[in-house]
Amino acid sequence: MTDLDQFRSETRAWLAENCPEEMRDGDITAEKQCWGGRLWEFQSEAQKQWFDRALEKGYTVPTWPIEYGGAGLSADQAKILDEERQAINARKPLSNFGISMLGPALLAYGTHEQKLQHLTGIARGEIRWCQGYSEPGAGSDLASLKSKCEDKGDHWLINGQKIWTSNADISDWIFCLVRTDFDAPKHRGITFILIDMASEGISVKPIVLISGHSPFCETFFDDVKVPKSYGPGNDSVVGEVNRGWDVAKNLLVHERGMLGTMSPLRGTKGPESLGKFAADHIGLDQGDRLADPALRQRIAQAELDNWAYNLTVERMTDEANAGNGLGAKSSMLKYVASELTKQGSELRMDIEGTAGATIGADGIEYDSLANTWLYNRAYSILGGTTEVQLNIISKRVLELPSQ
Amino acid sequence: MPLILNEEQEMLQDAATGFLSENAPVSAFRMVRDNKVADGFCRKLWTEMAEMGWAGIIVDEEHGGSGFGYVGAGVLAEQMGRNLTASPFFSTSVLGATAVQKYGTDKQKAQNLSKISSGESLFALAVDEGPRHNPGHIEFSAHPSGNGYVLSGNKTFVADGHVADKLIIAARTSGSEHDAEGITLFLVDAHAPEITREHTPMIDSRNAANISVEGLEVTGDDILGVVDGGFEALEGILSAGRAVLSAEMSGSAQQVFGTTTEYLKEREQFGQKIGSFQGLQHRAAHLATEIEMMRSAVLKSLQELDEDFEGAGMTCSMAKAKTGQVAQLATKEAIQMHGGIGVTDEYDVGLYFKRVHIAQQMFGDAGFHSDRWAKQSGY
Repeated sequence: MTDLDQFRSETRAWLAENCPEEMRDGDITAEKQCWGGRLWEFQSEAQKQWFDRALEKGYTVPTWPIEYGGAGLSADQAKILDEERQAINARKPLSNFGISMLGPALLAYGTHEQKLQHLTGIARGEIRWCQGYSEPGAGSDLASLKSKCEDKGDHWLINGQKIWTSNADISDWIFCLVRTDFDAPKHRGITFILIDMASEGISVKPIVLISGHSPFCETFFDDVKVPKSYGPGNDSVVGEVNRGWDVAKNLLVHERGMLGTMSPLRGTKGPESLGKFAADHIGLDQGDRLADPALRQRIAQAELDNWAYNLTVERMTDEANAGNGLGAKSSMLKYVASELTKQGSELRMDIEGTAGATIGADGIEYDSLANTWLYNRAYSILGGTTEVQLNIISKRVLELPSQ
Repeated sequence: MPLILNEEQEMLQDAATGFLSENAPVSAFRMVRDNKVADGFCRKLWTEMAEMGWAGIIVDEEHGGSGFGYVGAGVLAEQMGRNLTASPFFSTSVLGATAVQKYGTDKQKAQNLSKISSGESLFALAVDEGPRHNPGHIEFSAHPSGNGYVLSGNKTFVADGHVADKLIIAARTSGSEHDAEGITLFLVDAHAPEITREHTPMIDSRNAANISVEGLEVTGDDILGVVDGGFEALEGILSAGRAVLSAEMSGSAQQVFGTTTEYLKEREQFGQKIGSFQGLQHRAAHLATEIEMMRSAVLKSLQELDEDFEGAGMTCSMAKAKTGQVAQLATKEAIQMHGGIGVTDEYDVGLYFKRVHIAQQMFGDAGFHSDRWAKQSGY
């Protein structure tokens, strides 16, 4: 038995013993996941138990070093843990932007003291992070951001506005891009800074989307004082002042990686196949084919594309584990995942017909297909639009010339 | 199993890349085409491939093969697809070897596999009877007679049919023309006087033939697999064929896309490189993404054939569907992005376009396979 086989059998046994039955429903929707943070309340005893046991083992962030709250697993081990977890359909014990976005960027750019404070806080589910990137005037052209950050000796002074800050109203800290030099070329005057959302001068306003619901916020900074340092070796700025774009780009790759490895055709309705869903709603013809042949073809194509996409996530993960990093190819996954995500809910709406478009007396229910369908329009916009991803693929993967 | 090539398979890939670019590049295929070489391939090249162990790539070592399995066969096919290499590899080393190795008796294996591995015996699979792939529709008849059967009927688009030494024929031993039950596979001598073979020139300038059989007497020894239960074996052979054809198309698509991106970086119009235009960049980026999806599908189908041959059918179908679509997109975009020179015979992109058209139809196009997928999924 190799070490990895040994690890697999130990992991399987550990999961069998420690993952509560109720956490084995394969639910990956935002409503069911454990986000953590100061305001967090567990939805069930089982969710808490699963989180506590995973935390003890370092499995909230399995690949992070043990000193920062992880389990220090190798890529191969982490893959096995993931496979075994999925084999019993277990939820992740904790997932949030700290784990998927800030953590990897801090691991690459943070000092030991920064990691000690912030990574540990993430791993332990104590701090929930939000992302302060986009501004009203800086969407796809993110580097044109204008939130002003002035050096006031012992502290930074920040004035400006962020937009599309997911869950800013319930997050504890924000990782933020601010402009520290207005005279330098636009990529060379940006700084990456970590700010406590409880700071005086920060205010948050939810944005109502076309669904009537509101996962996004506007975040305003009015004379917000941010300490230069949270302790020895623990500056509020990550990386160098005016060199935040490097950190930002690194983090965007992780964001795309996260967005690109969603499972697109699984929406609020669980893992049921689209085709089965259609057969139940529409019925079959005499040849046992879906009674709507045009819809049948669209569904078959979507399932085929989704299948190939899932395999590509698997292959690219295996390639990365073998030492060939994903790099800009994460844009390919982000592109496909968001297009397929939209397509999946469009197909469900088409299958359900007017039933899918019927809403409650108080508007569109949060857990309805209509809400998912409307929200999913945002997937090819957030985290870099589909068009931005195609630009990145052209430039970084294909190395096509610029104009 | 990780969805990547292992070290041994990577070495095979390197060897294939080197050998084919040197000995069987597109210019070699053009020579065969332009000189109207009757065999449709170069015998000397085939002998060299056999000497390297390629002819017996999936054949067990005890029968003189190199035992690389289907991933190995796919690795070779992908490089052949890149170079448009014409050879009996697909018909003999994939279809023939699969048929005999998976469904043959010990005697049939002993008689045939080492000859496949050495390259001396060429095989062809005769399935379709009309212009569109439909393996469930078999009229070709095998009437019981004495201790054996008498075979009569017609087959179309038999790849390498006119050069084969052995034919694997799907014939009807019972039931009616659309029944999956009642099909039996026969392994017969292609040189028998009762068999007429007519080479049918195709747009891809590769080998296909119409075959008609008039009263060929065969015995029980000539049956491959089970009487009346040949459909399952046929599906197994076709699955292997679909996966390896997908690998070939994947190679063609990647090659032609590489040529196209190089062209986008060189060609200037309006005073700048045409690859700087966003209208072309986004199409190229989309295609590059689709090519990644295709590569994953192809490798998965090959791995499944090696891990669970009987259970790999649907995966091979899906790989064939996806690959057919992506390879067609790649070759069509290659022509369009090359502009006028893309439709000239002098440029290679048109050759890929024509080959991919045939390969995506062979053993079922995307429509055939997505219908199959939907039916199996209950809709």
